[in-house]
Amino acid sequence: MSWSRVAPLAPLIGVAVFLLIWYVAVATRFIDPVLLPTPVVVAKSIWNGVATGKIGGDLWKTIQRVLMSVSLAASIGIPVGVVLGASERVYKALEFIIDFFRSTPASAVFPLFLVIFGVDDRTKIYIGAFGAMLAIIFNTAYGVMNARKTRVLAARVMGASRAHIMLVVLLESLPQTFIGLRTGVSISLVSVIVAEMFLGSTDGIGQRVFEAEQMFDMPQMYAAIFCSGMLGYALNLALGLSEKRFVHWAGR
Amino acid sequence: MFGSPERGIEDNAAPTRRPLPASAFKRPHITVRGLKKYFGPNPVYDGFDLDIPRGKFISVFGPNGCGKSTLINLMAGLLPLDGGEILFDGERVSDIRVGYVFQNYREALFPWMRARDNIAYPLKFMKIDKREQERRVEALVTRLGVRIDLNRYPYEMSGGQQQLVSILRALVIDPEVLFLDEPFSALDYEMTLFMREQLQRMFKEIGATTLIVSHDLEEAVYLADLVLLLTRAPTQIADMVSVDSPRPRTDATLAEPGFVRTKAHCLEIFQREVRK
Repeated sequence: MSWSRVAPLAPLIGVAVFLLIWYVAVATRFIDPVLLPTPVVVAKSIWNGVATGKIGGDLWKTIQRVLMSVSLAASIGIPVGVVLGASERVYKALEFIIDFFRSTPASAVFPLFLVIFGVDDRTKIYIGAFGAMLAIIFNTAYGVMNARKTRVLAARVMGASRAHIMLVVLLESLPQTFIGLRTGVSISLVSVIVAEMFLGSTDGIGQRVFEAEQMFDMPQMYAAIFCSGMLGYALNLALGLSEKRFVHWAGR
Repeated sequence: MFGSPERGIEDNAAPTRRPLPASAFKRPHITVRGLKKYFGPNPVYDGFDLDIPRGKFISVFGPNGCGKSTLINLMAGLLPLDGGEILFDGERVSDIRVGYVFQNYREALFPWMRARDNIAYPLKFMKIDKREQERRVEALVTRLGVRIDLNRYPYEMSGGQQQLVSILRALVIDPEVLFLDEPFSALDYEMTLFMREQLQRMFKEIGATTLIVSHDLEEAVYLADLVLLLTRAPTQIADMVSVDSPRPRTDATLAEPGFVRTKAHCLEIFQREVRK
C-alpha cells in the first residue's frame, strides 16, 4: 500500500503506538501500575466519570468558566484593541504597559485577584479573562495598525465614507484578532484550571484532578487530565473551524 | 505639442456621461498649474505645469525618484498638494469620477469579497440600488469580453486575473479619468503581454482619459498616444512624445520603423535626463 493512502490514518497510528507503549510499560512493571494504571483502566474511569456525571459535570463547569472569561476578555479587549490600534500615539504610550502585563505569568496575579475579588466563583472567571484580554488587546491593536494602507487608500479613492473605511480596517484586522482569541482561549483555559485547583473550588475539571490526587485515586486523576486535554483540543478545533468560516481569507 | 488636437474630437465616451459643449473637446481635459510637492525638505514638484488632452492614453516615464507615481497620486487626490492646482475641466478631483488601479493588486482588492462584489464596491457610494449595481457589473464584463469566474475570491485567482478585477473595479463607475500605477509590474512576462492587450482593448472600448505609470519604456510607448517624459526632481516635463502607430497595436507594431524610432527618441531623452 502506498504512503498517500495511509497518510490520513497517520494520527491514529501515532495514538495506537502511544497506547501500546503505555500498555507494555505498565504490563511489564517497567512503571508501577499504582502510579500509572493501564490504558484500559483509565478508559473505564473516563467512561464511568462521564457516564455517572461526576467528570461530565466538572467538565461542563470548566467549559462555562472558560467561555465566560473569553467572552468577557473579548468584549473588553477587542474594542480597546481597535481604539489603541487606530491611534499610533496612544498605542506607543501604552505599548510597554501592555507588553509588561502580557509577559507577567497569569498565575502570579492569583493572590492579588483573591484579595480583590475574594474566594468567589467569579474570581476564577476574572483570572481567566485577565491574561486572555491582554492577548486579545495586543493582537487586535496590532491587526488594526497593520491594516494594509493600500486597501484603505483604495476605499478612499473609490469614495468610501469614514464608516466604510473603518469597516475595511476592521475586516483587515480580523485575522489577527482571531490569533488573539486563540491565544486568549489557551491562556484562559490554563488560568481557570489552575484556579479551580487552588482557589477552594468545589467543582471544575481542575478541582477534579486535584481531588483525585489528594485521594490517590490515580485512574480518576488520569481520566480528569485526559478530559482537560480533550477540552483544550476541542476548543482549539472549534476556533480553527470558525476562523476558516469567518476569516476565510486569512493568510492567503 | 500634443500632436493633432483635432483627434480629440472623436467622442467614444459612454452614453451615460454628461454632455459637454463641443468646445470642451478642444480644451485640455486635465490642467496642472504651479504644482508643488515636497517630501521633507526636498521638492519633487516645484512649480510644475501640464496639460493632458481628453480621451488620450498617456504613459508617464522618467528616472527613478522623479515622482511618476506621485504625480498620478496627486492627480487622483490620494496625496495632498503643497501648492498649485490640478483641475479636470475646471473641476476638482472630488467632483469627478476617477478610477485607480494600484500596482499591488494583492493589497488593493478586498479578500473578504468575491470578485463580483469587489467590482461593484465603488457603486455602493453612488446611491445605486443593489440590482442596478449587479446589472452594471454584468454589463461591463460582457462589454469587455472578460472571461473570469466572478464568484471566486481574489485569493483563488491568478495574479493577472486579480489585476483584471482591479481594472474592472476602476472602470465600473464609468470613470472620466483612469489612473494606473505600474499595474503589470508584479506579473510575469507572459501575463504582462496578455494584460497589455486587455488594457488596449478596454481603452478602445471605454475611451476615458488614461494615465499609466510604467517602468518599462517599450510598454510605455506601446500603450500610449502620448509619452510624458519627466526630468529628475524637482521634476519638469522633459518631453511629450506623440506615438502615431495605428491601433490596434500588435507584436508586429514593436518592429515597425515608426515605433522603433519613437522608442529610440524616448530612450535618448530619458538617457539625457538620467545623466544630468
